[in-house]
Amino acid sequence: MNQRYLIPLTAVFLLFLLAYTGVEGLGLQVVFGVLIPYLAIAAFLIGFVIKVKGWAASAVPFRIPTTCGQQKSLPWIKQNTIDNPNTSAGVFVRMLLEIFTFRSLFRNTKAAFNRNASNKLTYSWEIFLWVGALAFHYAFLVVLLRHLRFFTAPVPGFIQLLENMDGIIQLGLPGLFVSGPVLLLATLFLLSRRVLDAKVSYISQAADYFPLFLIIGIAATGIAMRYFTKVDIIGIKEMTMGLVTFHPHIPEEVGGLFYGHLFLVSILFAYFPMSKLMHMGGVFLSPTRNMANNSRAKRHINPWNYDVPIHTYEQYEDHFRDKMIEAGLPVDKKE
Amino acid sequence: MADELTPDEALDKINFHPRSNSKSRNWLDTTKSVQIRPGMYCYAAKPESVETLGLPYARSWNPTDEDWKLPENWQEILHEGIKERLERFRTFKIFMDICVRCGVCADKCHFFLGTGDPKNMPVLRAELLRSIYRNDFTFAGKLLKNIPGGKRLLGSREMSLEALKEMWYYFFQCTECRRCSVFCPYGIDTAEITIIGRELLNLLGLNIDWIATPVSNCYKTGNHLGIQPHAFKDMLDFFVEDIEEITGVDCTPQYQKKGADILFVTPSGDVFADPGTYTCQGYLILFKYLKEKYGLDVTWSTYASEGGNFGFFTSHETMKRLNAKMYVEAKRLGVKWILGGECGHMWRVINQYMDTMNGPADFLEVPVNPITGTRFDNAASTKMVHICEFTADLIKHGKLELDKSRNANRILTFHDSCNPARGMGILDEPRYCIKACADHFYEMPPNTIREQTFCCGSGAGLNAGENIELRMAGALPRANAVKYVHEKFGVNSLATICAIDRAALPTMCEYWVPEVDVIGVHELVGNALILPGEKKRTEDLRMEPLPGVEEE
Repeated sequence: MNQRYLIPLTAVFLLFLLAYTGVEGLGLQVVFGVLIPYLAIAAFLIGFVIKVKGWAASAVPFRIPTTCGQQKSLPWIKQNTIDNPNTSAGVFVRMLLEIFTFRSLFRNTKAAFNRNASNKLTYSWEIFLWVGALAFHYAFLVVLLRHLRFFTAPVPGFIQLLENMDGIIQLGLPGLFVSGPVLLLATLFLLSRRVLDAKVSYISQAADYFPLFLIIGIAATGIAMRYFTKVDIIGIKEMTMGLVTFHPHIPEEVGGLFYGHLFLVSILFAYFPMSKLMHMGGVFLSPTRNMANNSRAKRHINPWNYDVPIHTYEQYEDHFRDKMIEAGLPVDKKE
Repeated sequence: MADELTPDEALDKINFHPRSNSKSRNWLDTTKSVQIRPGMYCYAAKPESVETLGLPYARSWNPTDEDWKLPENWQEILHEGIKERLERFRTFKIFMDICVRCGVCADKCHFFLGTGDPKNMPVLRAELLRSIYRNDFTFAGKLLKNIPGGKRLLGSREMSLEALKEMWYYFFQCTECRRCSVFCPYGIDTAEITIIGRELLNLLGLNIDWIATPVSNCYKTGNHLGIQPHAFKDMLDFFVEDIEEITGVDCTPQYQKKGADILFVTPSGDVFADPGTYTCQGYLILFKYLKEKYGLDVTWSTYASEGGNFGFFTSHETMKRLNAKMYVEAKRLGVKWILGGECGHMWRVINQYMDTMNGPADFLEVPVNPITGTRFDNAASTKMVHICEFTADLIKHGKLELDKSRNANRILTFHDSCNPARGMGILDEPRYCIKACADHFYEMPPNTIREQTFCCGSGAGLNAGENIELRMAGALPRANAVKYVHEKFGVNSLATICAIDRAALPTMCEYWVPEVDVIGVHELVGNALILPGEKKRTEDLRMEPLPGVEEE
């Protein structure tokens, strides 16, 4: 049982160590600073495209939206146009809410059962996972966008703005970016849920713990570099600009901690398309959410629809004609 | 049913802590955990029924036997089956790939809530198949399967006989109610996975008899119960006699009438078993009223005498084969459009599949209610209207004379049936009809109604006798909510718009909440509707004294 999280934990630790010693001990800066990041990005892009193309290649034969509200029917019955949309506009809003606010997750409830005189099953609103998931995803997004500062020169205005907002709480020097600790804490919350909630723990596999440990590793090394070890930012910027302009350059003063961070990020990118992290792409294509409930109003075509044998009326009447006539039921052929 | 658990014993078994409740610490360890237990499974399909439909590998086999008499190349058949379905259904492919196992669905399933069996968590039901998918169809799976411990890390496994048995056991412990899909952040619909899982099992002849025999009956005879045409008429004649005794009015329906305005199709459960039969009497009374008052011409058909579609629990193809009859018959009779009775999965099939599979219904007209002039634009293509939409429209326009007091003894609550609620969204129409026909109506708690409604525990072909323990466990969340309103408001009647509900919920009530009756919405309509020329009614459709009449 422990192997489900001990192995991924050890793996992430070893991966970090691999890059750290590779750079500090063996001087493999080019491997960990240039070669692997390029390979990782390629694996991410190619893998992502293959996966999405694979999904898109599969048919959507039937409209099967999950309807979470009143259908469009009689004019005086109020339709729930978002949860049970019959138009593309409604679907669009439904998807926006799903993607940006995790609307379905917001509904989450927790069931409890009391074995006593009333034997009541109760359901309470369970908002913590929603909060944790939102915090995690948005913090990750902000961190990711903030990192664009390393890959752009001059740094675009919106990134400056984002940084200013992210650093709105002034604490010491360098100023604190809220997104960093939020990302770390949210990931730790998701991890604790996996370990402590009996149901979630039972279903969790190593593949569920690995990305969590990886992201914790990334966040922790990032925070360490910014606030504690004070890495050579100028050197890093030179290096990242070298990567995006395809003129790789290895600065001298940047140490193992940075390469460890970069390697974990590379692993995350390369691992992404072959893992459950692809829910990022899949959520857009989920047929129960992205289709309008209008299949009684509009005909939809199944690309592989084929004819099937049916028991025809003629066969039916041939079989039962005498009985039908005797019972006074109308028949086509009186014989 | 002497070995049936008492409600107290069933409640003692509930435990939401998987590790203490499960013999295996890891669900991947199939051999240690799969045990097909009496009370929790349905009997295997009879070979004759499988043969009628020309489905593969008809044979007699027994789920509790070691040997399932599988074809030699069964793994290959399944592998090809999965491959084909990954291309045919984007749902299947995406749902196999993107689950993050967040566990939100876990405590949404009535079977998990009622049994505590961790493999009844929707995520794990899907993982049973997903673990095979990962092993055989993904890059990571192919990469890791030959490395020691690799499979364990990924959560993948090979298609073994044990894995197959487990899939069979748990795919027939899912009522395809879709409650989990409401809460899933990616809209993963376990019902869709179950549908495809069962379709795969059918490739090996592994169906259950409570599905296969109705399907075979429906195919040959026109309805699930295998009621032959003359017997179907006999049964309705019987209702006609009862109605005449109660109201003094002859409500004899028409059969296969060419050129009628509307073809009416309802689940045969309404014709066959109490309390659905009372709902059926309600339809007859309504149609008689409309005929007398407005000249509306409705016909029934013995050929298309089944609205329900157990093919839906078999495979997409079988569903299509059974569903085809409605259009075939409507065309032959030359009606204008089709009216559908109160039924759960029937309406999911009509709403989500029918037009795509068996349309276009261009020989029919866009449904217009000739009495009110309402055009049912939401059914412009299928040309099929739900009877609750139809009746609600009539009531709204004041076209029905209703005497609510006849239902005054009914303190009602409404059970949203899963399929119409989550696969269609018919929520307010039946409530409107109920409130027009009765005065006392109370909702169950919000987490148990509308799109969050709980299954009756017997849907998707699981309403057999031999799996009663499973059914009662699955019905617990629904029953618990009924019990709440029963105790709080004195609710004594559970209204619903599904024939399976009308068959399953009385057993549930008897077990968990005695003193609550199950009633169809159109039984309430039938009671309340004042038929032209009727005598003074003293009994309701169940031939019980009307409220206020007892004392006279």
